[in-house]
Amino acid sequence: MAEILKVEDLHVSYGNIRAVKGISFEVHEGEIVTLIGANGAGKSTTLNTIGGLLKPRSGRISFEGKDLHGLSAHKVVAEGMALCPEGRRVFQQMTVLENLEMGAYTRSKAEADETLERVYGLFPRLKERYRQVAGTLSGGEQQMLAMGRALMSRPRLMMLDEPSMGLAPILVQQIFDIIVDMNRQGTTILLVEQNAQMALSVANRAYVLETGKINLSMQGDAEDLLRSEAVRKAYLGG
Amino acid sequence: MLANLINGISLGSVYAIIALGYTMVYGIAKMLNFAHGDVIMVGGYVAFCSITYLGWPPVLAVLASVVVCTMLGILIEGLAYKPLRNATSLAVLITAIGVSYFLQNAALLIWTSNTKVFPNIFANLPSLKLGGTQVAPVTLITVFANIVIMIVLTLFTTKTKMGKAMRAVSEDKGAATLMGINVNRTISVTFAIGSGLAAIAGVLLCTAYPTLMPTTGAMPGIKAFTAAVFGGIGSIPGAMLGGILLGVIEIFGKAYISTQLSDAIVFAVLIIVLLVKPTGLLGHKVNEKV
Ligand SMILES: Nc1ncnc2c1ncn2[C@@H]1O[C@H](COP(=O)(O)OP(=O)(O)OP(=O)(O)O)[C@@H](O)[C@H]1O
Ligand SMILES: [Mg+2]
Repeated sequence: MAEILKVEDLHVSYGNIRAVKGISFEVHEGEIVTLIGANGAGKSTTLNTIGGLLKPRSGRISFEGKDLHGLSAHKVVAEGMALCPEGRRVFQQMTVLENLEMGAYTRSKAEADETLERVYGLFPRLKERYRQVAGTLSGGEQQMLAMGRALMSRPRLMMLDEPSMGLAPILVQQIFDIIVDMNRQGTTILLVEQNAQMALSVANRAYVLETGKINLSMQGDAEDLLRSEAVRKAYLGG
Repeated sequence: MLANLINGISLGSVYAIIALGYTMVYGIAKMLNFAHGDVIMVGGYVAFCSITYLGWPPVLAVLASVVVCTMLGILIEGLAYKPLRNATSLAVLITAIGVSYFLQNAALLIWTSNTKVFPNIFANLPSLKLGGTQVAPVTLITVFANIVIMIVLTLFTTKTKMGKAMRAVSEDKGAATLMGINVNRTISVTFAIGSGLAAIAGVLLCTAYPTLMPTTGAMPGIKAFTAAVFGGIGSIPGAMLGGILLGVIEIFGKAYISTQLSDAIVFAVLIIVLLVKPTGLLGHKVNEKV
């Protein structure tokens, strides 16, 4: 399968703090790849850098063979990748529909209308509540909105940063079902999670991030990792 | 009584138009553009020159004033504030004060400190009789302009793509960027709109109070800033409400309490409002995220 995303020797710092220290990985078209790791391992930093919010200190990020270096942050989404950020970050004072419209900012009106139907298909809850102000939605609904909003840009690669954070188990299951649905409909997924059990059970492949570096002995097929003794001990609570 | 109320609403409408510029820029760039009042002054001078020296009709003069101020706003933002996007708010504030002094001194150099008498551009229009009180055409036009601006801005921010993008940027720049919104361009557009409005406010202010000096914009600027805070900084209806209330309080203070103390009364009311409701009358809490 073709590589949709390739990250090579990526370094990212916040001032003097080195958060990501030379990581390389790739995502193939049609896959669900997950990046797991403890708090502060550098997962969000990695996604935010790919999404253009942070500038890498060095390294290379290419999307569908094109080097993203030097592309302004707001142009990345137009290339065909979307980031659903940690903590949802929906526009609290805007309505559900307005949030979704913002997601389609780089698309034409006709494309937006068409995609809206697809998003409503995946998230019927959003359709019911399209006029509600986003800040008054429940946590789970806000997560759905954040994912729907990211989908509105018609990404070929969707990056999700801890979509299950702070949600009740039943909702977590629902969110993961939707992730699998999105993937079946043709969107490649790069998923960052602390809920390693869940993430590994839906992913094709996985990488484990430890203090800014990829643990080379724990990468590859998600099912194998799920069964691996080392991974179980470190990330799945024994 | 009625005459005072009308005067108050008229003055308040000018404050409201200026306050809109403050509030929009604050809402989106999260900065206090203290030079905003001086853009009003520039707007006044441009209109004055167009009419007095070039003999242009008032409509054209207003247009020229709006064009010049809009460009000035974009220029100020691009040269002075954009390089400071990631600087501390104190650095930005000091820069804004610097820009304010720069504009006042540039005006001093170009137009000298001699007071210019602004022509009454609405002299040919009839005034209105309202319950025994004469309402001057400038008053009517000021109030009308205020209402139109309010409606247009509300429609702009709720119905257009650019307007909605502005609201998104004002809430969360990072998330807005992830949507593909060009945050820098959005901020630039906001300055353009605010400065264009300042030009209109400048012409209306100078027509109602026809003395024009390099410091003409400073006091109305501070009052309008007060009005914006009073109504809830960042809120468009808040700026409108704050502006009008401030104008009315000021005129009533002058008429019934003391001419000298009227400004003190205005600020006292502001302090009381902020003590009771720190976010201003219509403001809500701003959560800033990076
Ligand atoms: N804005 C920032 N300024 C300074 N340091 C930061 C900043 N953001 C993150 N860091 C640091 O960078 C490192 C990686 O953080 P990051 O948010 O990428 O971790 P994470 O793997 O996403 O963690 P979590 O699972 O808690 O979300 C941490 O040590 C963190 O303290
Ligand atoms: Mg994180």
